[in-house]
Amino acid sequence: MAMLSFERKYRVRGGTLIGGDLFDFWFGPFYVGFFGVSAIFFILLGTMLCVWGAAIGPTWNLWQISIAPPDLKYGLGFAPLREGGLWQIITMCAVGAFGSWTLRQAEISRKLGMGLHIPWAYGAAVFAYVTLVVIRPLLLGAWGHGFPYGIFSHLDWVSNVGYQYLHFHYNPAHMIAVTFFFTNCLALAMHGSLILSVTNPKKGTPVGVSETENVFFRDLIGYSIGAIGIHRLGLFLSMSAAIWSAICIVISGPFWAKGWPEWWGWWLNLPIWR
Amino acid sequence: MLEYQNLFTRVQVRTAPDPGLPLEDSPGARLGTGTFSYLAGKFGDAQFGPIYLGTAGLFSLLFGFLAFEIIGLNMWASVGWDPIEFVRQLPWLALEPPPPQYGLRVPPLNQGGWYLMAGFFLTISILLWWVRVYRRARALNMGTHLPWAFASAIFLYLAFFFQPLIVGSWSEMVPFGVFPHLDWTSAFSIRYGNLYYNPFHALSIVFLYGSAVLFAMHAATILAVARLGGEREIEQITDRGTAAERSMLFWRWTMGFNATMESIHRWAWWFAVLTTFTGGIGILLTGTVVDNWYLWGVKHGLVAPYPANNVLTPEQQQLLRGRYQGTAPDSFPSYVAPQPAMMLDSTALIAPADSMTADSTKTDSTTARKTP
Repeated sequence: MAMLSFERKYRVRGGTLIGGDLFDFWFGPFYVGFFGVSAIFFILLGTMLCVWGAAIGPTWNLWQISIAPPDLKYGLGFAPLREGGLWQIITMCAVGAFGSWTLRQAEISRKLGMGLHIPWAYGAAVFAYVTLVVIRPLLLGAWGHGFPYGIFSHLDWVSNVGYQYLHFHYNPAHMIAVTFFFTNCLALAMHGSLILSVTNPKKGTPVGVSETENVFFRDLIGYSIGAIGIHRLGLFLSMSAAIWSAICIVISGPFWAKGWPEWWGWWLNLPIWR
Repeated sequence: MLEYQNLFTRVQVRTAPDPGLPLEDSPGARLGTGTFSYLAGKFGDAQFGPIYLGTAGLFSLLFGFLAFEIIGLNMWASVGWDPIEFVRQLPWLALEPPPPQYGLRVPPLNQGGWYLMAGFFLTISILLWWVRVYRRARALNMGTHLPWAFASAIFLYLAFFFQPLIVGSWSEMVPFGVFPHLDWTSAFSIRYGNLYYNPFHALSIVFLYGSAVLFAMHAATILAVARLGGEREIEQITDRGTAAERSMLFWRWTMGFNATMESIHRWAWWFAVLTTFTGGIGILLTGTVVDNWYLWGVKHGLVAPYPANNVLTPEQQQLLRGRYQGTAPDSFPSYVAPQPAMMLDSTALIAPADSMTADSTKTDSTTARKTP
């Protein structure tokens, strides 16, 4: 079966948030639970609607398939299925699926006696998505401000929305988000490398110990954040990247409608040098 | 439930600072005996120092300092040595690469000579730091995963040197400066027809975002099993405990697949390394193999046929073509350096060298047909 050698003793009942024992079982390697059922419902419905959207669209070219949000004229109302209504239902399915997945992670964490860090971290990513397709369109007053679901069409959306604010790199929250993404990548490279290089040492020498990890980075840069610290840092960096991404897009439009380069005028006009 | 989240260290233990393991084949020595910081200890390890002093590292810092000073003093000079204006305008100030007319020749100091010098020193500094990373790993008998990951980042950095070298102009290089390097990023993307259609740019972003996802998954998993000793990863790798088992089962039950305590770090290494590696390839291809990524996307079927709603007159379209008008999109190396106020250059308006129809599928088909 799909069980690992040590898995059986961990497969115990309990930890569910809803439904009691009703859905407390496994399907192959997957844990099901109530939120597994709701997740699979939203995933299947959303995916099938995407396929249907492609079928009534102009192309089956994977790169070009796109499910567009409604025209701005529909505001916050429902649009006809072929004119963005499909996008609206798919968005509801996505939010339902992501929410179910988060709660499923919470149930599995509880079942395994683990902390709830994973659902919280995943929640940051879901929050960024919800900001893009729900919160910002709500604040701007039209679902048409969501992004289209397509491989290159969503890149076009990013490009176009960026240039609506003349130069999006000047958005201070975007700067912070990008800095977090880059720093996260750097920290991940350093952590992954460190563990691999201590576990896979120079030929003919024994595997290192936790002192090896710390002493290496102290030798290199004078400080080692430590085994628990690097995971706190990693969680902070990656969640911050997602949260600041959400902030940088939600302030574009609802709170600042001009070009982002212009925003920096306050700095040039500070009273200390006027 | 909250007490198990382990976001901050509640009890800190103090003994003598760890002096470090004995070093093999190292000419330098460690500086300091180490000290503790209570605040650092709340989040991570409390100990600062000792630090290793070695030749490569010292020269790396020296060359880095030289580059930093050249950049800073040039910026300061650009505001007439006014200290207040220097601070006020700092984010806008730049040390720019040589202008296009110098090609790959050596320009005067104030025409990009300082820029080349700063870039040279910065590169020396970075390469010496790589040597330091390699030697420190070897001195502790460790594998060389970190220097090779660092090498991938250096490859991306050097791509910004080799791409201008291949297209034959220092002017293509990235300026030093906060906003100026962001301006360069946008200008580079627009000049080569929207970098979003560059598949290696797309891959690089996938790995960058993937790195965030992976680190969130990994770090959250380890913190969630920290009360079982999960953060002692070397021990969990060599002698699997319940922390590793629960970590694996969590992902197996969630998504049907799991890494191991060791392999998750291989996933991490590859995602981080491929971010910069694919990014470097994307830069090297731009302007050298592919002149316009949008047209490349059209050619290879990536660009969706958007409805034609551009109803500008041909004259209006000409005005919108930007400062690089007059340059055929597929003839980059021969491009004419932009002149000031070329936006409204009347000669370019009269005789466009290329036609708008080849540029874009977004133009209205009826208008476009009339253009030639």
